[in-house]
Amino acid sequence: MNPIWIVRDYERCSGCRRCELACSMHHEDWMWPEASRVRVFMPFPGLEVPHLCAQCDDYPCVEACPVEALTIDEDTTAVLVDREKCTSCGACIDACPGKIPFLHPGDNKATICDLCGGDPECVKVCHEARYDALRLVEEEMDENRKLFAMDPMIVAKDLAIKFFGEKGEEVI
Amino acid sequence: MPRGYAGKYLEVDLSREKVEDITIDGEILEAFFGGRGLAAKILWDRIGERWSKVDPLGPENIFTALTGPMTGIYPGGRICCSGKSPVSNGTVGSTASTEFAHELRTAGYDGVIVTGRAKDPVYILVTDEGGEIRDAGHLWGKLGEETIKVLNKEVTAELTKRKPNVGLWKEPGMIYIGPAGESMVRNSAVMTKLSHAAGYGGYGAVMGSKNLKAIVAKGRGPLPDVFAPEAVKLLWARAHEHLISRDSFRRWGTGYGGWVTGAYYSSEPVRNWQEEWHDERSFGGPRFENRFWVKKYWADFNCTTSCMKLACVKTGRWKGDITDNPDYELQSYLGTNFGVFDPADNVHLSALVDDLGHAAIGVGNTVAFAAELFQRGILTEEDLGFRLEWGDAGAFDRLLRMVAKREGIGDILAEGTYRAALKIGEMKGVDCMPYAVHVKGIEVGAHGTRSDNDFLAHDVSYAVSVQGGDHTSAASDGFRELSGSVFNDSAVVCSFARAPQDLMFDFAKAVTGYPITIESWRRETGPRIVTLQKALLLMGGPDVTWEPVVDDENPPRFYEPLPSGPYKGRTTDMELVDRKRAAYFETLGWDERGIPTGETLNKLGLGELELAMSRLRK
Repeated sequence: MNPIWIVRDYERCSGCRRCELACSMHHEDWMWPEASRVRVFMPFPGLEVPHLCAQCDDYPCVEACPVEALTIDEDTTAVLVDREKCTSCGACIDACPGKIPFLHPGDNKATICDLCGGDPECVKVCHEARYDALRLVEEEMDENRKLFAMDPMIVAKDLAIKFFGEKGEEVI
Repeated sequence: MPRGYAGKYLEVDLSREKVEDITIDGEILEAFFGGRGLAAKILWDRIGERWSKVDPLGPENIFTALTGPMTGIYPGGRICCSGKSPVSNGTVGSTASTEFAHELRTAGYDGVIVTGRAKDPVYILVTDEGGEIRDAGHLWGKLGEETIKVLNKEVTAELTKRKPNVGLWKEPGMIYIGPAGESMVRNSAVMTKLSHAAGYGGYGAVMGSKNLKAIVAKGRGPLPDVFAPEAVKLLWARAHEHLISRDSFRRWGTGYGGWVTGAYYSSEPVRNWQEEWHDERSFGGPRFENRFWVKKYWADFNCTTSCMKLACVKTGRWKGDITDNPDYELQSYLGTNFGVFDPADNVHLSALVDDLGHAAIGVGNTVAFAAELFQRGILTEEDLGFRLEWGDAGAFDRLLRMVAKREGIGDILAEGTYRAALKIGEMKGVDCMPYAVHVKGIEVGAHGTRSDNDFLAHDVSYAVSVQGGDHTSAASDGFRELSGSVFNDSAVVCSFARAPQDLMFDFAKAVTGYPITIESWRRETGPRIVTLQKALLLMGGPDVTWEPVVDDENPPRFYEPLPSGPYKGRTTDMELVDRKRAAYFETLGWDERGIPTGETLNKLGLGELELAMSRLRK
């Protein structure tokens, strides 16, 4: 299998959050938006920001984990969490430039997108609805990826300007 | 415990500042389902024989915000607001799409029931930890947009403080009121997500009367367990396939309706329904789409319909105004009905009305009613403080703000079209009812009956509906709406996310495990809900009581011949209305005056209404 990555195209996101449902049905066997590895933030209506692991080339979260609970999937380049080892310390969250990992609302363990082992469910449903805000690409590691590990508030503030012009300065 | 329900409801007594979790009996849930049906049941159980004495804007009224068992799971989840309506004096199941609905369910609640009246402005916060009453002094008076901004920031910061280590907190869902609700503008809306409104019924005013600015919810749990999860997953995928297949609706929503409904169907309100036809191509969909739509596929949680279009004015007089679409109802009620045919003006008036927390159909109807009175010289420049000419967006802007704050003539118009017509009629010694386009106090949706060409059952759609002028719950010939809008509003899912009925009923059955069929809703559950609503509507009071049959009627304007357009001369057939009204009463087991018979009440398990109904029978 080739390394893969999920392109995120924020302005195409409708805010339907079906990615959250598809993700949680795959990982949790039921609809559980806050347990989804992709979470769509909406700091202001119309500014929807899908927030998921960007697979940085230097993997600061993996580096930061004090108990080596995080590893890198050699096939997909996804970050994998060993839930037995995880101590819920939150070091991975602090280390992530976009604060993307979170502690699972059920077992309180670090939770990060595992790319569904190479066939991500979020991408499928997004494509099926012809939004393509999330798209799969097969590509080698790219230094730009980690720029997408960004606080959703910063993304939303930029989108606000793009959508609303000067008015966008005020909405968040 | 029935499946598909989170299992508890939050009860908040604002007078005693008491918050508690309550449960509702499984048999009641099976009989009334959720949302619209359950709200009517809760209200009747608690208010009962005192109904006609309870002031809808007094502390003894009850405000409910309920979901249903399908909410959040089936595409297009909504919240259903209800209570004793300050416009119809019965109940309305008034729904709006919002993330508030699934946030409430994932916090473990199927709804919020609010009683009493807070001393000072408050909001209610609901989380996995329970419900709490919080100060809203700093929010009172704020417009919708500002309310969202402040609450997003404040609640996210508070939840982060309580649980700082779990990662970023996603913003909560919320329903709120604007200045119109605060001023108890009788037909004002419960707002959500900037431009979504639970518009019919006047529940913004009910929240305002309770000093309740908002209800905010953030849940971290899963959606409720269902009876047959694997079947639900398959049906969920099929429902989405259906929604995704509706290409033109996804592309345009109803945002292309402002021209076509006038020019072709000839059923669009123009200048307070004096006409229902126009051919102003400048008001066509492409003008909105090409100039203002900055996100063409905008959706709510778990919906792939994307009927919403994020619109923003970037230049000129209304620069910076943001709204959704505007959708057809707002294109007509805040456009053609004001004689406004400029798309930018229409976007502005939509954004303004939402920000003020008005219900666009309600206030658009009332303000155009005032404009017709001005046209006829019944209201003068002296009464208004300015000239209110058709097409003058600035003048309508001004009056809409006055209504929201009950300033000047706005104080009378804030009573809604019907009550304003009574007051102005008395003030001026002129009968204003011929110009009041309402049914049982509820301003009629933007779909006329005269051309007999719109989506409704026409003739009696509004006349016999237990929700009056509400176009989303129009009555049908036969039994259709009982398994249609009555079901959707009680399951609390969006009618724009509806799939073929067999799929929706399979879905309902797989979620709840109840033996639900289209037939069971047409024969039993639907009639039970509508009959209960009818009884409450007939009890009415204290300020207004509707006369059976006489008030089961269209507005007078709908019997004037259309003066223009392809259907010029056509009008609503009064004899047909009489026949259809009788048929509707018969199908529901009501007597010839529309009063539910004892036999019907017993059959539907509503026997406790017999005493109240027997008083109304002659």
